[in-house]
Amino acid sequence: MARSVTLQRKSFNTLIAWIIGLLLFFPILWTILTSFKTEAQAIADPPVWFFFDWTLENYRVVQERSNYSRFLWNSIIIAGGSTILGMIIAIPAAWSMAFVPSNRTKDILLWMLSTKMLPAVGVLYPIYLIFIQLGLLDTRVGLTIVLMLLNLPIMVWMLYTYFKEIPGEILEAARMDGAGLKEEILYVLTPMAIPGIASTMLLNIILAWNEAFWTLNLTAARAAPLTAFIASYSSPEGLFYAKLSAASTMAIAPILILGWFSQKQLVRGLTFGAVK
Amino acid sequence: MSTKASRSAARLMLAPAVILLLGWMLVPLTMTLIFSFQRYLPLRGGFQGWVGFENYVRFVTSSAFWPSVQATVIIVGGVLLITVTLGILLAILLDQPMWGQGMVRILVIAPFFVMPTVSGLVWKNMFMDPNNGLLSHLWRSFGADPIIWLSDVSMLSIVLIVSWQWLPFATLILLTAIQSLDSEQLEAAEMDGAPVLSRFWHIILPHLSRAITIVILIQTIFLLAIFAEIFVTTQGAFGTRTLTYLIFQRVLESQNVGLGSAGGIYAVILANIFALLLMRIVGKNLDR
Repeated sequence: MARSVTLQRKSFNTLIAWIIGLLLFFPILWTILTSFKTEAQAIADPPVWFFFDWTLENYRVVQERSNYSRFLWNSIIIAGGSTILGMIIAIPAAWSMAFVPSNRTKDILLWMLSTKMLPAVGVLYPIYLIFIQLGLLDTRVGLTIVLMLLNLPIMVWMLYTYFKEIPGEILEAARMDGAGLKEEILYVLTPMAIPGIASTMLLNIILAWNEAFWTLNLTAARAAPLTAFIASYSSPEGLFYAKLSAASTMAIAPILILGWFSQKQLVRGLTFGAVK
Repeated sequence: MSTKASRSAARLMLAPAVILLLGWMLVPLTMTLIFSFQRYLPLRGGFQGWVGFENYVRFVTSSAFWPSVQATVIIVGGVLLITVTLGILLAILLDQPMWGQGMVRILVIAPFFVMPTVSGLVWKNMFMDPNNGLLSHLWRSFGADPIIWLSDVSMLSIVLIVSWQWLPFATLILLTAIQSLDSEQLEAAEMDGAPVLSRFWHIILPHLSRAITIVILIQTIFLLAIFAEIFVTTQGAFGTRTLTYLIFQRVLESQNVGLGSAGGIYAVILANIFALLLMRIVGKNLDR
């Protein structure tokens, strides 16, 4: 299948693609490099690239001064919690639409998609008010619920497209053999659905981790996750590039690694199955 | 085929998701709609009576409205232009045979996974800062005066930052679409001696048209709502106050809930226009 090309053209493609790739990746690389510099080296002109005294000092200072691990913990709880909670609700919903479709299934799916399109700023004050009334402002529980609701349509959609790919004949065969609904789900569907469920969870953790409207507007000191922690660097005092870089590196590293595993699922999840 | 029992079980399984989403949509939206007809200032006397459509009129006649529409159009339009154009070129390039293809793809996609507050602050401080930013160092090394990015060319700066975040998305989706193109067709055209440009216009672009439409619609919906990138850089100053940011300021900063809610309803209507277009395409896809 591979198209045959001359060695010359392949070399040319490689060169151009790597230049562009490195250029786009450069801000991230520069942030990671800067996180290991001293503040003076971080703003040096001409810039220092690789040959400086690598130090872990910034990481230590960020942790000590701002209690970084608490924000990290908030991010983990909120992203993980909203994903697990969402899956508990989304899996049965997607399962029922994929395997027992009715003539309204399509409408329900599209309507769910439309709730994802609702601009957050349009409902900011009501949510804010409800949160105050229920005592949910600046709590991890409140944010977990909001992020779960925010991403529920994507979870249902993604799971639906995966479940749809499980052939119906297998279910019929299982029924012929006398399997009930419970056996059907436990022994036939679950093993086949696990890859799709894992991909959906992965994408959802990424989306929840990076969400930066509700996390900024509904939290203060207690429940703030990393998005809000980083935003606190927007009013700097003194030299701080190296520390900003260290904090940023720690905030994006886990998601960069997860993200690299989820390229394919990203396309399916974010286009609602329209591009696979 | 399915029994009556399994049908009602299926309904029961679907119910929690439907009820939750229905509540998540209807309750706050109804409240916004109600607020939008009130004079409601929580910090200055609270509810002060019903005012009909006054908030809707005041929102669009305030001096901040048209500049915010302009800022929104420039940011959404600018980012779409850059990401779709470069995304097509990059997708074609990444589809070519090369060494280390997987690694290059990882490098290109990475910016999409950076949280918005990080990319906003990294660009603002480490690249665009007029004194210590890397771009200023670069300008000075050529003997030029550094650009004061986020105030003198604020819109361009925001467009660049947001484009950097969204180019990976466009590239990834267009690349996925290109890879489904029948390579035999391209090879046949190549052998018939069709020049590169004509192959692009007559085979690749038509094949990509649906994916391009989807990229444009999805990005428009997300770009209309960008917030954190502006929040941590200009805070809406220097002409970067978008419609979303204006509504945020009305509601939370100046606590004029009635006025902000009217703005919110405008934003909902605007987003729904693009959402309806997107859903028609996605819906067609479901039938296939």
